[in-house]
Amino acid sequence: MILVIAEQRDGVLHQASWEAVVAAQRTTQAVQVLVAGSGVMSVAEDLATADIDSVLMIDHPLLEAYTPDGFIEAISQVVRSMSPDAVFLAHTYQSREFAPRLAARFQQTLVTDCVATKQVGDRLVFVRPMFQGKFVADVAPVALSPCFASFQIGAFRQDAVVRGSDSAAIYPQEVVIQDDMIRQEVEPPFQEAKQAVDLSQAERIVAVGRGIKSKDHIELVERLAAALGAEVAASRPICDSGWLPMDRQIGSSGQTVSPKLYLALGISGAIQHLVGMKGSRTIVAVNKDPDAPIFEVADFGIVGDLFEVVPAIISALSE
Amino acid sequence: MKIAVCVKQVVTRDWPLRINDSHTWVDDRDASFEMNEPDAYALEEALRLKEQHGGEVVVCSAGPPRVNQVIREALARGADRAIHVEAESLASADGAMVAEALAAPMEEEQFDLVLTGLQSDDQGFAQTGVVLAEFLSIPHATIIMEVQVGAGRVRVKRELEGGWFQWVSMSTPALLTIQSGINQLRYATLKGIMAAKKKEVRLVEPPAELARRQEILMLSVPERTKEIRLFDGAPAEAAGKLVQALKDDARVI
Repeated sequence: MILVIAEQRDGVLHQASWEAVVAAQRTTQAVQVLVAGSGVMSVAEDLATADIDSVLMIDHPLLEAYTPDGFIEAISQVVRSMSPDAVFLAHTYQSREFAPRLAARFQQTLVTDCVATKQVGDRLVFVRPMFQGKFVADVAPVALSPCFASFQIGAFRQDAVVRGSDSAAIYPQEVVIQDDMIRQEVEPPFQEAKQAVDLSQAERIVAVGRGIKSKDHIELVERLAAALGAEVAASRPICDSGWLPMDRQIGSSGQTVSPKLYLALGISGAIQHLVGMKGSRTIVAVNKDPDAPIFEVADFGIVGDLFEVVPAIISALSE
Repeated sequence: MKIAVCVKQVVTRDWPLRINDSHTWVDDRDASFEMNEPDAYALEEALRLKEQHGGEVVVCSAGPPRVNQVIREALARGADRAIHVEAESLASADGAMVAEALAAPMEEEQFDLVLTGLQSDDQGFAQTGVVLAEFLSIPHATIIMEVQVGAGRVRVKRELEGGWFQWVSMSTPALLTIQSGINQLRYATLKGIMAAKKKEVRLVEPPAELARRQEILMLSVPERTKEIRLFDGAPAEAAGKLVQALKDDARVI
């Protein structure tokens, strides 16, 4: 049996949880889904529409706000009593925080950021990127069960979830948690001052990555953007270095965009960046490394030095 | 305050990587190596906390002898001393194995704060720090963008998805995984490099029963699922063809 741990906040299901359900449904095993929180009946009912054996619900006032200590304690009690063969999660910021430690409680390891599963003999094998997406690896936990895996957001389509003809049964789970087990004290989530730039509305975007090498060269990118009538954006390292403001960042920690044209200059294409732009209609990549993962999502590409190619594009546009 | 920083040595970002003959790891025999970038931000944060609050910064790393390079670099940037859990078997170890290797010598030290980068540039499992917190039985928080230290407590700004953040407080000792971009990195000065040569690096053997928790059965180059049109030739020629295609075929300009 595969136990999928769904994620919710304030009674709203994280959409990537459906993708983890799809990953589980694609295996040959029975599927149960666990949701933890406080006042999560409606989330459990939503999950019960999937074609799964049952929904397990942990409803506890101490789980109203997510804390790693509270969730690890509660979920580990249910995992122990259910003895699943595998535990699946979506590779969200939240699961990255608690799931490795949950797995460690079972002397196990979490296989993170998986994009597919394979059954090899009696072993469940996980496919995941390595080396920033340059390679892909088949990985298997050494100990058999329960194995723990999290799935990259977007690796499975949420709308591929198989719905059941009837609602699955919902089983409330009794867990023992006390105040003093939870060492983290959390404050309400907040957003920084409203973003000045809404890149999601841009028709064309010129984005720049590490290949630009220095803040002094950003001007070259701005000239190309002006010639194309495009907004300037960047991958995370450029904003980390302060070469462009944070509100120009595309990717999992920045904005998600799908313009008509996305021109990626000197961006290798780590998954954290790709998730923010792979929905773009036409993607152009310029990179000196022919093996850069950005070329896997690009429609058009030039393998070359951006300091030669970009001025050439600017002059071709003016002709 | 006694602060530990865990750093990993990884193959240099621009190194042209090849898969090894057994298809289980990369051929890194001639590769150049560097400090895992998120760990460099964790180190910088530790140095800043020491400057504000006093104390010492201890670099902890697990890996083969070559790892000494990044340990020396961290010492040159300002860390006070180092612990190196040394074994060839740690060269391609998974995050849980690394955490287990580091746990025993780190537990003895009774650190107030343990910082790690949020993930590694090579395997990218994003779990060494979290699992280490479990081995050390201390609370943790991940993907941290700001650290405030008070008496026996830390208050940290945790990055959530989609531009959201959250403040979380906990008592120390605690472990934090640090997000890239939390600060601006400093580089080693010549004086720092000279001083690093005299700093202590304690070599420690890993626990005898240490074993891999997951294995890489096969490493391969991803299959391209999307058709791509590559424009070659001199820059002017390639750029001309690209602009033509954007106008006539994609019709986006």
